[in-house]
Amino acid sequence: MSGVEGFMYPNEVELQWSLLIVLYPYITGLVAGAFILASLERVFKVEAVKPTYRLALLTALAFLLVAPLPLQLHLGHPERSFEMYLTPHRSSAMAMFGFVYLWYLTVVLLLEIWLEYRPDIVRFAQTRTGVTRWIYKALTLGSENLSPSSLRIDDRVGYVVTVIGIPSAFLLHGYVGFIFGSVKANPWWSTPLMPVVFLFSAMTSGIAAVLVLYVISMKLRKTPIDMRCLDTVAKYLFYTFVIDFSLEMLDLVQRTYEADESFRSLDFMVHTRLWLSQVVIQIFLGTLGPLAVLAVTQLRTFSETLRRRLYITASLLTLVGIFAMRWNVVIGGQLFSKSFLGYTTYKVQFAAREGLLPAIALMILPFVLFYALVKLLPPWQEHKATEA
Amino acid sequence: MNRFLRDSGHLARPALVLVAGLAVFLVVRGAVIPKNFGKYGHYRPAALDLIRQHPAAFAGQDQCLACHDEQAKTRASGKHAHVACEACHGPQAPHAADFVNVKPALPDVAALCARCHENDAAKPKNFPQVVTAEHSGGVVCNTCHQPHNPHL
Ligand code: HEC
Ligand code: HEC
Ligand code: HEC
Ligand code: HEC
Repeated sequence: MSGVEGFMYPNEVELQWSLLIVLYPYITGLVAGAFILASLERVFKVEAVKPTYRLALLTALAFLLVAPLPLQLHLGHPERSFEMYLTPHRSSAMAMFGFVYLWYLTVVLLLEIWLEYRPDIVRFAQTRTGVTRWIYKALTLGSENLSPSSLRIDDRVGYVVTVIGIPSAFLLHGYVGFIFGSVKANPWWSTPLMPVVFLFSAMTSGIAAVLVLYVISMKLRKTPIDMRCLDTVAKYLFYTFVIDFSLEMLDLVQRTYEADESFRSLDFMVHTRLWLSQVVIQIFLGTLGPLAVLAVTQLRTFSETLRRRLYITASLLTLVGIFAMRWNVVIGGQLFSKSFLGYTTYKVQFAAREGLLPAIALMILPFVLFYALVKLLPPWQEHKATEA
Repeated sequence: MNRFLRDSGHLARPALVLVAGLAVFLVVRGAVIPKNFGKYGHYRPAALDLIRQHPAAFAGQDQCLACHDEQAKTRASGKHAHVACEACHGPQAPHAADFVNVKPALPDVAALCARCHENDAAKPKNFPQVVTAEHSGGVVCNTCHQPHNPHL
């Protein structure tokens, strides 16, 4: 059989979880990461990252709305996914994920965004004309109360929502790791460390994404970039990445030392079929590369322009690296046989339901949504800073 | 206290939206979940009837034996005695039900035999297996072996 080396069981030759399933943890990871960055400002009062606060919330929302789409496209019958809510099976991790998702979307993210934007929404509802006015009117939910004490209450409630939101974001993405980590038949996935590794890689990619989006939006708006903010975000990127990398290395060292019956097979796979995507792209290009760049920026002082370029480079490499990590987890976990005697190959189709084209479209969609959200709820607050 | 209530009144609105959404969900759920859901397990009992209506694809070899006496005898005398007819011929229920109009296509021997006999480290050692390319030299298997009784 083409692409098969050694022995595969018949049901292992073709991969069941495709490129779309790679996107799913990648996208939810960006959601969780962006939200956790936003929470930093809110809960831990890191003033410096404030310029990215609203941006991070909108990023999280844009990606969260797209997160279930790869799954639905993969399964084929999107209308059936609703049945998961109607008659959930309590032993199904995926069914429960539906509720985690819904909780996070409605009770955490939408609520926090609403509370944060209420003053703007009310202002737009009063000043805009035409259709937009009605949209904002609807978004006020019928209350235009902006008295100082009501805003104070909003702030307090928003704080509580964020505090609930952090564990929720952890849950959202830890859960994705849990789904893989609990596939006990697959030694590549089955480790209790999986949710934790997923979580930290999620934070890393989310922070990198917000950093890139921040710089790009500022460039497009021809507004000066707040370097204090960028430095701080980059610092957090560095810290979370160090933790993420340590965890992944811990996993690796543990596996190598434990060397259970799957090890030879997995080791062989990493040295052959996954060499490019795992060792070259994920570890060297996507992890050690950005870590080195970020470390240098922490140790030495550079001019603003150079710093900005270094941060952007590091963030883009990070995004590539985390994508490669998702790829290696999802695809890598299906390339070897449960008999440990053979390997198969995965060839991405192009214009097919689970091909490259829909995957690219799904990766562009969050940015379109992000653009629409930014138009609807402008995150820029410079005018406030100057007013104050 | 009154002012506090007034200034936090707007918070009741998203809560109301949420509760309304939940209520709609519960109503829809009550309306669309089929009766007796879960009676036998986590599915609609009516699904069983739907599945029963699917036409069977396999006839089972008892049926084949009733008509194909010759092949049955040949097979019984050889090593393929315990290989079911439809393992090689594929599902043939339509043919068994209407042999006049439905004539099965014969198996593609070049692919068929290798499916079970291609040499593979994972198969039990005593299972007859060959490296087909070397063993037959590209000649189709049934020039030498008779499929129903493969012994030469
Ligand atoms: C009711 C009797 C009957 C049953 C049951 C039946 N067959 Fe047949 N089958 C026939 C007859 C008669 C022919 C010959 C038709 C012809 O040559 O036009 C035939 C022909 C065939 C052929 C040869 C077609 C060819 O091109 O020469 C195959 C293969 C075959 N049957 C397989 C099966 C298998 C497998 C089953 C069991 C699932 C089965 N049959 C059940 C009566 C039956
Ligand atoms: C090991 C696989 C295998 C099994 C098991 C098998 N067949 Fe066949 N059968 C074949 C192949 C291959 C041919 C076609 C031979 C050819 O193309 O010359 C064939 C041909 C036939 C034919 C066409 C006439 C002939 O003899 O060539 C009939 C009828 C038939 N099989 C019926 C049966 C029935 C009935 C059974 C079950 C008792 C059965 N076969 C079991 C592989 C098998
Ligand atoms: C569905 C799987 C299957 C297919 C297809 C199949 N066989 Fe077999 N074959 C078997 C089994 C099972 C045995 C019996 C093994 C045993 O006795 O341990 C067997 C036995 C044999 C033997 C006996 C070797 C001996 O020790 O005498 C030969 C030769 C053989 N098959 C050739 C063929 C050829 C030629 C074909 C293609 C027409 C074929 N087989 C298709 C399953 C299959
Ligand atoms: C040129 C004639 C010829 C062809 C063609 C041929 N075989 Fe054989 N095959 C033999 C002979 C002769 C034997 C028995 C001698 C032996 O045991 O080595 C045999 C034995 C076998 C055995 C039993 C081996 C064992 O270890 O018990 C299998 C299985 C087998 N053949 C499968 C096939 C398959 C599959 C094909 C088609 C790819 C095929 N043969 C094509 C001549 C042939």
